[in-house]
Amino acid sequence: MKVKLPQWAVLVIALVVGILIQVAIQLELLNAYLALILTYMCIMIVSSLGLSIIYGFTGQFSLGHAAFMGLGAYAGAVFTHYVGSGDGVVAPWAFLLALIVGGVFAALVGYLAGLPILRLSSDYLGIATLGLGIIVRVTLENSDKIIPITAGARGMTGIDAPPLIFLWAFAILLLAVIVARNLRFSSVGRACFSIREDETAANLMGIDVVRYKTIAFVLGCFYAGVAGVLYAHTYVFLHPMSFDFLKSFDPLLIVVLGGLGSLSGTVLAGAGWVAVLEGLRMLLSGDLARFLEWRYVIYPVVLIIMMLLRPQGIFGTREFAFLTPREVEAPEPALADGVVTDGAHS
Amino acid sequence: MAPILEIKGLSKQFGGLRAVSDFDLTLQEGELAGLIGPNGAGKTTVFNLVTGVYPVSGGDILFQGRSLLGMHPYRITAGGIARTFQNIRPFPALSVLDNVRIACHCHDGYSTLDAVLRSRRFWAREREMTGHARELLQVFGLLGRQYEVAKNLPYGEQRRMEICRALAARPKLLLLDEPAAGMNPSEVGALMDRIHFVRERFQLTILLIEHQMRVVMGICEHITVMDFGQVIARGKPHEIQNNPQVVEAYLGRGAARMAS
Repeated sequence: MKVKLPQWAVLVIALVVGILIQVAIQLELLNAYLALILTYMCIMIVSSLGLSIIYGFTGQFSLGHAAFMGLGAYAGAVFTHYVGSGDGVVAPWAFLLALIVGGVFAALVGYLAGLPILRLSSDYLGIATLGLGIIVRVTLENSDKIIPITAGARGMTGIDAPPLIFLWAFAILLLAVIVARNLRFSSVGRACFSIREDETAANLMGIDVVRYKTIAFVLGCFYAGVAGVLYAHTYVFLHPMSFDFLKSFDPLLIVVLGGLGSLSGTVLAGAGWVAVLEGLRMLLSGDLARFLEWRYVIYPVVLIIMMLLRPQGIFGTREFAFLTPREVEAPEPALADGVVTDGAHS
Repeated sequence: MAPILEIKGLSKQFGGLRAVSDFDLTLQEGELAGLIGPNGAGKTTVFNLVTGVYPVSGGDILFQGRSLLGMHPYRITAGGIARTFQNIRPFPALSVLDNVRIACHCHDGYSTLDAVLRSRRFWAREREMTGHARELLQVFGLLGRQYEVAKNLPYGEQRRMEICRALAARPKLLLLDEPAAGMNPSEVGALMDRIHFVRERFQLTILLIEHQMRVVMGICEHITVMDFGQVIARGKPHEIQNNPQVVEAYLGRGAARMAS
């Protein structure tokens, strides 16, 4: 029998699971390594959801997503270096502010970069964002000339962590899913999807194409920035190479594997991606350790097989039932006088 | 009464090709007019110029007394001119209902913040849009298909869906580019009734391009004939039918001589 839970119940269950995992981490039932992987899973999914809004919803092919994550990470780390940090711990209020600072900073850069490049068609946009990603990495490598504590190419150390980092990441993941879902099932989300489907037709149906491309891009960059702040305070070490353009392929593969435009697919593919990557690290230990780098061959192979067998991704554009809101209750029109029914002429 | 649409001396040049030259057309409010001509005469180009898809090379287009030159297509649509496409352009992966609701956005939309926070305005507008879209789908016999993905619909139904989508933008002027293409005779009959119905129901002015003479002669009150980018005749259906220049454009000179 299929039991249909109300959506708030799913949210409550998810929250309880998150809290239980955090409790298990505190009681050291889960070791630090597993805790790190679970946290990274949340971070990766948040970042990928951002790209899902940009590429999955709106069809804007972006190869610069890791750069925005990096901008958020550095902005958040610099912020907590000066504000609310003491005894090796970041105060929760300061961390909350840092998340906003990192997200807004990435969004702002995304907006300024988007002004010229969002007018490009999708393929050219990919190249432009690729260039942007490289610019950001080089800037971060030389950032110590302006902000010495980032230490440029040597990597930034001395970042403090807030308490209960997993729960932070998990709560933000839930929030990110809810916001993306509300957007997807709205007039704004439909406007974005129409741009993905046929930009010219969308324009002719009254959709301000540049405006909605910009909204999607800026919001996606905000997600990346927030994910970056979480990353910085989970690993407490930052290096510009962690946000190289090659890292932009991770969220890209997750979004494509999950199914363009599907939030459920992005969440599942993101979790699976991190699980397999780290799972293989455990499997390939000892004598097999020399095959460790072969992990990165598996993904392209998976992707190629996927594109051959199921090009629309795991979920296509479908969603889990608990992520799909009910259709609004508008009255079905009654048959009005004078309406022609099919067959009247047959 | 001032005309709703006034096209004066419109021309469009693609490189060395004059697709439209010195084209004039005036539509009175509430009129149902036809634009006909052989393939390549420039009919669709006129639609593309009016809706802002191409920049205009010369002349002027006035809609309710205001020039449309240099306006973005989405502004023209929001301002009251909606259209369908000769080669249909649905949003293929989206549901029929969503296809239609997308065009509601320019009038009944709300902000991104309303969407994210699910504000009261979100629910009110969403109800309004959905109700409006369903009403249109019902008129065009597609209500039973509302949750289907657009690309799974047969061609004729996709065409009808496009008309619903155009109407959802709440236009005052509707431009239909070959609405009856690919429809069988009984579908064409129903389509003509529907066009009449929505015209009364929403007080529309309609300009349509059509090749099926049954449609053009059956419902248009006024017809403009184009050939090689220029107007070669205009008048009431029976006047056009007997115009030797029109017969020549369609059938060639020999046929024209035989007809006269």
